[in-house]
Amino acid sequence: MMANRSMLELKGISKAFGAIVVASDIDLTLSRGEALGVIGPNGAGKSTLFNLITGMLRPDRGRIILEGEDITQMPPEARCRAGLGRSFQIPLPFTHLTVFENLSVAALFGAQVSEAEAVQLCGEILSLTGLETKANVLAGSLPLLDRKRLELARALATRPRILLLDEIAGGLTDAECHLLVETIREIRKGGVAIIWIEHVVHALLAVVDGLIALDFGKIATQGAPADVMRSKEVQAIYMGVPA
Amino acid sequence: MMLDRPQHLPLVADPAPANTVWRATSETRLSRVARIAGLAALAGLILLPAIAPRTLLQDLFFVFTILTLAQLWNVLAGWGGLVSVGQQAFVGLGAYVLFAAIGLGSLDPVSSIAIAAVATAIIAALIGPLLFRLEGPYFAIGSWVAAESLRLVCAQFKSLGGGTGMSLQSSVYSSLPGLKSVQNLFGVRPAIARDIVLYWIALAIVVVVMLAIYRFVKSRHGLALAASRDNDRAAGSVGVRTDRIRFALWVAVAGMTGAIGALAYLQKARISPDAAFSVTDWTAYVLFVVIIGGVRTIEGPVVGVMILWGLIFYLSQYGSLYLLVLGVIAILVMLFMPKGIWGAASHRWNVQLFPTQRRLFRNAYH
Ligand SMILES: Nc1ncnc2c1ncn2[C@@H]1O[C@H](COP(=O)(O)OP(=O)(O)O)[C@@H](O)[C@H]1O
Ligand SMILES: [Mg+2]
Repeated sequence: MMANRSMLELKGISKAFGAIVVASDIDLTLSRGEALGVIGPNGAGKSTLFNLITGMLRPDRGRIILEGEDITQMPPEARCRAGLGRSFQIPLPFTHLTVFENLSVAALFGAQVSEAEAVQLCGEILSLTGLETKANVLAGSLPLLDRKRLELARALATRPRILLLDEIAGGLTDAECHLLVETIREIRKGGVAIIWIEHVVHALLAVVDGLIALDFGKIATQGAPADVMRSKEVQAIYMGVPA
Repeated sequence: MMLDRPQHLPLVADPAPANTVWRATSETRLSRVARIAGLAALAGLILLPAIAPRTLLQDLFFVFTILTLAQLWNVLAGWGGLVSVGQQAFVGLGAYVLFAAIGLGSLDPVSSIAIAAVATAIIAALIGPLLFRLEGPYFAIGSWVAAESLRLVCAQFKSLGGGTGMSLQSSVYSSLPGLKSVQNLFGVRPAIARDIVLYWIALAIVVVVMLAIYRFVKSRHGLALAASRDNDRAAGSVGVRTDRIRFALWVAVAGMTGAIGALAYLQKARISPDAAFSVTDWTAYVLFVVIIGGVRTIEGPVVGVMILWGLIFYLSQYGSLYLLVLGVIAILVMLFMPKGIWGAASHRWNVQLFPTQRRLFRNAYH
């Protein structure tokens, strides 16, 4: 391994759907074990950024480098096996499989552990994410909040080295939100780097080391969380105050 | 309280092998009973030719071939989401390859069935990439168009009878394995001995195919297939190569469908493009069986094929009217029991003879 501490690097990533620019020359570096928060208004291009990182979308320009390796052309399933795990903002459970089976697929094909290991891994994650009692329930019958938990749990079951979380705290009670923050802190202790898109800013700030504000597909500002929150760019985005 | 307090998380270090807090199984007490009952039924079916009249063996030959096709379509469409209405293409191809291998290549029937399976799988592998560009209903339509095209191609081969078809010489059957022994053992004419041997071959194929499908859907690859069907993007995001697993399924199912086509027309001894590529005989029946029995279960097609057999038995005297009756029944079942007859019963009484779901349990001593 090189001395380079960066785990993930985006270099000049751009993407447009017709006339709509959803990513514009984005440079981003995620260091080993770092937790990065992403904020920005709806339609800013946050989820699109995850689709670009995980290979569900191909950028028009730019490169994506994972631990020194250029993965710009790699298909999503290979990126998962290379250590990129993600949750979807709108949950996409495997509806005809049970919750446990949802995780099993991720453990067997993403983490690529043996059948016996997968059972233990999935069991641990189900209990960590509060889904243990629903293990044998069909994922299609879960209410929305449990589907969101399942998104986190299934991403964890791929045993990611980089975890991409897309708006998982919305709709939680204060107590649940507090537990979620605890859980994510616990995940970080294992050395997992995180990029977390979140509108629930107080939860985000309780976890992240750095913050990025996206607007119209551009990085409006980035840096230490407190500085970013105070910046005139973020004030402008959220309060409509001209920058 | 919705979230447990975080315990330790084995995300980085491998969990110790001795650490078996959890266990997973798909077995139940009932499924073990069903396995024994299944073995007993199989033994009965193997011995049946000793007492059964010839017509029953011929009926059961039909039941086994349709059941095999139904199980194959069930795994393809039910588990894999590849809703093909063109599987008659592979029945017809398999049948034609068998006639070519026997008629032109002078091969024995059993090797010809194997060759039919391989050839059909190869052709499926060639047309698969084209069909896979189509999604949902377009895939179904594409599969049907492909079947019609292959029928027209087969009708071009003058040496195989062209559009009118051809027959097999009865001498072909003399090289069926075990024919002489059956004649001597049961003291029957060669024509009856042939039916007995073909019955056993059909029985062997249906049993092997059902066991293979049952094992597959319970395996990790079966899980990956079901995940790909439920959500392709999400399956990719957790590391599943969705295209590859669908393609492998498509090719394997086509190959086995070709083997059944070959066997069915070996028994009929006469082939024509219209019959071998018949959408009624080889797809409508099969869909009927799966849909009224219950999609995505092993038991469903078994129930479905028994119902089909009964209906054909009682309704065949009314001519083509019975197709109408089949259609009406299929529509009623789809409306009132969308999971099929077995699916509804299984749901209502919570019974599964061949469970496929993996269930997770916490070991009691933890
Ligand atoms: N596949 C797509 N085709 C066309 N437009 C898209 C597609 N995906 C996203 N968009 C558009 O890109 C913009 C950014 O979307 P998104 O990344 O989901 O925003 P965010 O997650 O920040 O709310 C939106 O205007 C959305 O309508
Ligand atoms: Mg979004």
